[in-house]
Amino acid sequence: MLARSLRSPRLLAAPLRSQFVAAAPKPLSLRTVTTDAASASVGAVPSDAEQPFTVTLPNEVFEAYELDAPSRQLEVTKSQLRQMYFHMTSIRRMEMAADSLYKQKKIRGFCHLSTGQEAIATGIEHAITKEDAVITAYRCHGFAYLRGSTVKAVIAELLGRKDGIAYGKGGSMHMFCKGFYGGNGIVGAQVPVGAGIAFAMKYEDKPNTCFALYGDGAANQGQVFEAYNMAKLWDVPVVFACENNKYGMGTASNRASALTEYYKRGQYIPGLKVNGMDVLAVKQAAAFAKEYAVSGKGPLVMEFVTYRYGGHSMSDPGTTYRTRDEVVNMRSTQDPIQGLRKRILEWGVLTEDELKQVDKEARQLVDKEVVEAEESPVPDTNFETLFKDIYVPGSEPRWTRGRTAEETHYY
Amino acid sequence: MVPARRCLLSLSSSSSLRPSLAKAFVSASSSPRSYSSPAAPTTKRKLNLPIDLNASSYLAQTPQQALSLPELPDSVKSSKTKRLNLYQAINDGLSTILETDPKSLIFGEDVSFGGVFRCTTTLLDRFGSQRVFNTPLTEQGIMGFAIGLSGSGYTALPEIQFADYLFPAFDQLHNEASKWRYRSGGAESFNSGNLVVRMPCGAVGHGGLYHSQSPEGFFLGMQGVKVVIPRGPIQAKGLLIAAARAGDPIVFMEPKILYRGAIEEVPVGEYELPIGKAEVLQKGKDVTLVSYGTLVYTCEMAAKAAKEKLGVEVEVIDLRTVHPWDKKTVVDSVNKTGRCVVVHEASRTGGIGESVGAEVQERCFLRLEAPVTRITGWDTPMPLVFESLIVPDVARIFDGIKRVIEY
Repeated sequence: MLARSLRSPRLLAAPLRSQFVAAAPKPLSLRTVTTDAASASVGAVPSDAEQPFTVTLPNEVFEAYELDAPSRQLEVTKSQLRQMYFHMTSIRRMEMAADSLYKQKKIRGFCHLSTGQEAIATGIEHAITKEDAVITAYRCHGFAYLRGSTVKAVIAELLGRKDGIAYGKGGSMHMFCKGFYGGNGIVGAQVPVGAGIAFAMKYEDKPNTCFALYGDGAANQGQVFEAYNMAKLWDVPVVFACENNKYGMGTASNRASALTEYYKRGQYIPGLKVNGMDVLAVKQAAAFAKEYAVSGKGPLVMEFVTYRYGGHSMSDPGTTYRTRDEVVNMRSTQDPIQGLRKRILEWGVLTEDELKQVDKEARQLVDKEVVEAEESPVPDTNFETLFKDIYVPGSEPRWTRGRTAEETHYY
Repeated sequence: MVPARRCLLSLSSSSSLRPSLAKAFVSASSSPRSYSSPAAPTTKRKLNLPIDLNASSYLAQTPQQALSLPELPDSVKSSKTKRLNLYQAINDGLSTILETDPKSLIFGEDVSFGGVFRCTTTLLDRFGSQRVFNTPLTEQGIMGFAIGLSGSGYTALPEIQFADYLFPAFDQLHNEASKWRYRSGGAESFNSGNLVVRMPCGAVGHGGLYHSQSPEGFFLGMQGVKVVIPRGPIQAKGLLIAAARAGDPIVFMEPKILYRGAIEEVPVGEYELPIGKAEVLQKGKDVTLVSYGTLVYTCEMAAKAAKEKLGVEVEVIDLRTVHPWDKKTVVDSVNKTGRCVVVHEASRTGGIGESVGAEVQERCFLRLEAPVTRITGWDTPMPLVFESLIVPDVARIFDGIKRVIEY
């Protein structure tokens, strides 16, 4: 019956109707993991800035798949909390500087900002060492800065200047430093690369892991699943970490993904969903994930539930596919920086004045380095620069001809 | 529709680096200007002047010009025209396909709300979500899905958001779409049918490594697929409609800098332009200049300069279909002129220029007065700050013409 009706010409004239009725947007899947950034309870806070004390995260920060969820209790020190706050504030300030330089038309082309998602880069960085590796997609400025690059190098790269990470030849998406294998512009391409980096760590018996980050949009790329399979097959110590900000470019995740529980997408790989707006939850989960991977249990699939305040990139106002209210609501109630700030104040870790001092430090650091980046010269406009870094130095062709004989470039 | 905006080809505005570059090449000094700073004064330039597309004779500036194109069917010749830019003409072409072919479907990343470059704008409202729909970010999946659809009798019009993102889908195109007919022994029901893969390509001045590439050269080794690159609105509409009815998989690359830059009077009716056929844009007896896409306008300026400064008459050919390209038109022209310069912005190695150069020397060897010359992008990735250095400009093409004349 079904086969016959499919062959009927009338149905062919209205192709795929039934399929697309079925694929109409489903209600947003319930998010039991909240994006509340401000709750957690704490016992007595010691006066010594370096003395650890215990924080208990709320019930809704983790959700596990085929896995025992990590403890909701973690040890932090006052100075760590201060540093996390400083890092998130600096990233926000840097992204806002990029935003403004873009609007002044000083930065051109493609530029993806991570405002709203700062807790993920910060939490991960505070849970791993410089010997661990991180690889991510194009929303990479914060990661590059925290992994060891500078605000100046990041902004100079965006501006296309000589002091940029790739001498201005890359721009946004092309950021690297030790332990950070780059922003990547091709959606999903970094995920199998991250598995390869982690495989090298395993091969060398290093007690390290690689965080391979990708977005909810990239989670649908075929190569992500190929990487899952290889990683599980060989127990590669890689952490597949999906930053679910609810929108893959302009398409809501539930319109693009058949299963929006990204932490379950590894199927045969255990998963962990984390409140990505709570920097302490991210830190605790990332530390757990590293421990899990390094102990030889193989890969883990994580999902950080987060939200991006801006559009997908600078050319996207970010308001055609979601309501302004939604953005305003997330910004005003779930902001990761405000959430940590509130806790720092409540717990008496820092006073209002001390926090203002941290704000000021972050502002001064970023503003100073942005000025320096703007003062950086444009790259030398010669073939030396243009043809540099294509092949191993010394193995290039002997010379490359320019427009005229005088322009011929000899390696 | 958004009213077409008159504007200069921004190749010219992004050429702000050029005078300083020319100087830097000699003096090795660095320029204080950034790649995105306002254009430098043009007073001292002789060749690399801003290119005004609204003055180009390769675009129909009046309805009479548009309707007198010899390739148009008679029914269209008596119709009206509408002033459209490239993305609007593509939108027009796509809606014609959707109107005339009930089995045609458009899908891709963010196409529902018009796509990054607005090419599919309003199509969802007009044709519904059964025929215009978003896909996940999954190029290989999109391509395979499209091949399956077109193989079962639909006209699949997938959009790859940028030509740079094509590579995950390359296997599907190469090993499935291009060979399906061949490996089924020509069986009627096993081929990729009407499949047009649209994608924006080319430099914009600041797209960089992943948004400004011109990957057409990769297709030279892919037999069974045709690659079309239109130079303007009239061409885009006619070639797109023809592509959707061609029965072979067609890669349709749209030079993204022309989306808003190239504006002309476009016939409102339905018309097709021939796939696989080059167009002689201007006649000349001394040099054959072969190009396609954005650079035909730079070639126009170079040909003009060659006429003024060297007294040389250049024949300019727009390949339109770059693979398999129209050998007859090119060979006939070179047999007349004896000299050939190929211009494109993709890398020199592995580019269309290699293919044209090799064929021309094989077929016109005794007639050639000078080696076939290629003016192309350099063999580097497309760096953010150096796009205007990579893309051939009027001076480089003029120099190429001069060299083949003086050889």
